[in-house]
Amino acid sequence: MTSLLRIDHVSKAYGSTQALDDVSIDIRPNEFFALLGPSGCGKTTLLRSIAGFEDPDAGSITVTDASGGQTDLLVLPPNRRPVNLMFQSYALFPHMNVRRNVAYGLEREGLSKDEIAARVDEVLATVGLADRAKARPAQLSGGQRQRVALARAIVKRPRLLLLDEPLSALDRKVRAEMQLELKRLQHEVGITFVVVTHDQEEAMSMADRIAVMHHGRVQQIDDPVTLYSRPANVFVADFIGSGTLIPGIAEGAGLSALGRVLPCHAPAPVAGPAVVMLRPESTHLTSIDDASRLLDGTVVETHFYGGSTITSVRVSGLQPPVVVRTAGAPRHSVGEQVGISWAPADAVLLAADDGTLAADPGAAV
Amino acid sequence: MPRVGWLRVPLIVTYAFLYLPIAVLVVMSFNASKTPFTWTGFSTRWYGELFSNELIREGFVNTMIVAIGATVLATILGTLLAIGVARYFRSSIVEAYSLAPAIIPDLALAIGLLALFGLLGVTLSLVSVLLSHVVFGMAFVAAVVIARLGQTDASLEEASRDLGAGAVTTFARITLPSLAPAIVAGALLVFTLSLDEFVVAYFTDGPNTPTLPIVIYSMVRFGVTPEINALAALLLLVSFTIVLSAQRITRLTDAV
Ligand SMILES: Nc1ncnc2c1ncn2[C@@H]1O[C@H](COP(=O)(O)OP(=O)(O)OP(=O)(O)O)[C@@H](O)[C@H]1O
Ligand SMILES: [Mg+2]
Repeated sequence: MTSLLRIDHVSKAYGSTQALDDVSIDIRPNEFFALLGPSGCGKTTLLRSIAGFEDPDAGSITVTDASGGQTDLLVLPPNRRPVNLMFQSYALFPHMNVRRNVAYGLEREGLSKDEIAARVDEVLATVGLADRAKARPAQLSGGQRQRVALARAIVKRPRLLLLDEPLSALDRKVRAEMQLELKRLQHEVGITFVVVTHDQEEAMSMADRIAVMHHGRVQQIDDPVTLYSRPANVFVADFIGSGTLIPGIAEGAGLSALGRVLPCHAPAPVAGPAVVMLRPESTHLTSIDDASRLLDGTVVETHFYGGSTITSVRVSGLQPPVVVRTAGAPRHSVGEQVGISWAPADAVLLAADDGTLAADPGAAV
Repeated sequence: MPRVGWLRVPLIVTYAFLYLPIAVLVVMSFNASKTPFTWTGFSTRWYGELFSNELIREGFVNTMIVAIGATVLATILGTLLAIGVARYFRSSIVEAYSLAPAIIPDLALAIGLLALFGLLGVTLSLVSVLLSHVVFGMAFVAAVVIARLGQTDASLEEASRDLGAGAVTTFARITLPSLAPAIVAGALLVFTLSLDEFVVAYFTDGPNTPTLPIVIYSMVRFGVTPEINALAALLLLVSFTIVLSAQRITRLTDAV
């Protein structure tokens, strides 16, 4: 598949901080792509490099134009790049009303007054702000401001729209509405979206593919389901979703830990120190004398969430408890002895070589 | 809100301390008597004499030339200085030194300027006063504009570039409008400062073109006349008008 945007071995350092470290990402046409990672991992730096506000130290960023040719973005000033960035702070012009804010980009293209008016009307209707066209940014609510920022970026009909934490300033309810609206807009206007977020649920629910970043490096690029069920390394396993990580030594198709060999599945060959990742919903509770059980433990906590229950089980020799999600109401009481089991294919074996697990007290065992 | 009467006492005392001398000045400017400290009746006579005083008229014209010229130049240069310092150097030391002429003692500045003009062989005249006022005026404008730049979001300019505007358009359509209140406030500040500036003008002015403060100084050396009271009252009126309008302008633009 031909990519729309090709980020090729891009690096950027600020003094001794390596903000981007050899980042390579291909973004496909009409894709909803999310950049996910903890604070300071380089997400904003990457977007700003694409938009033209940071100059990478190395690597290239090219875009495939409509005729199929490749354009080198890095040689173009920000105002000549076929991408638009929606700023985290919205950056609405305070001295212009909504209509003039939205029209600003079109005026720069030298379009006719009539065309500008028509396109501004259309986009304001799309984001549901037609009746606020005369308002100044200061007179709008947070959600409305965000929609103005969005309208201002999409009215230019860029090939690629970059959004830096577009929803982070909104409260839960408005945020959920805007997530739907963003998806709808993306289908309607057919723009490729690259969205930065540090909210993984948001990324999981909205994106076609996600790049997980850490310390300026891309850890994994995959669709949400693969990312969740087949993390490429311990960092991704720990960062995405919840679950339990059990450290040990890789032994054939299993993990030698807690004085036994735990069955699991290794997507890539692993030797030496390793970790097995259990997801709460693929882990099961059994009775303490069930022959199929793989670990024994004591229930320390149960939390009922309406549709499901999260049970924390303390296993001797393991620092953090094993978390298990079961459908319906709690079936075990605190203090009860239980067995734990899982299907080997659901437990992912990962190499514990990058030191990420050092933060996990369980690794010291 | 409960009224705590005694809390107002310090406020009233402070205001009295501030404005009593001004009130005395204004009242005495309408005094019919020739001796400045005894009230004999209401009269606008001194205002009349003021306008027919050749020296004062000349001083007023000179002061206006200096104040208007210095305001225009200092506003332009100070704004550019502020943008340069805040956006391109991002160094607190450069910033601090750009503001120095606003805070170093007038006397030091005046002597320094005099020495510089002497070194360069510049004949002292209204032009040298004007340039001297530009020096500290520029620093005041820069201080006000830098403060505003600190509040405005640098991403506004980036957003403008992102939407397809070049550097010049961005400056004219985004940077300048968002700085306008600060620029106006800075300009009015320079104008009021220049209007009654004495020390620097005294050192850098030529002998035949005294500014108003110099004229006043040479007149009061022989005692305060009611004429001077009237002149001071008028100057006060001008300053108050300017300060109030500056406040209004900044408040108006901040409100939206
Ligand atoms: N202008 C700058 N000067 C120096 N260091 C910077 C600069 N901008 C970013 N950094 C550093 O580069 C790293 C990456 O920053 P970046 O803003 O890209 O992170 P981020 O992933 O967007 O984080 P967040 O989720 O908090 O927004 C951080 O360590 C940051 O401190
Ligand atoms: Mg960021």
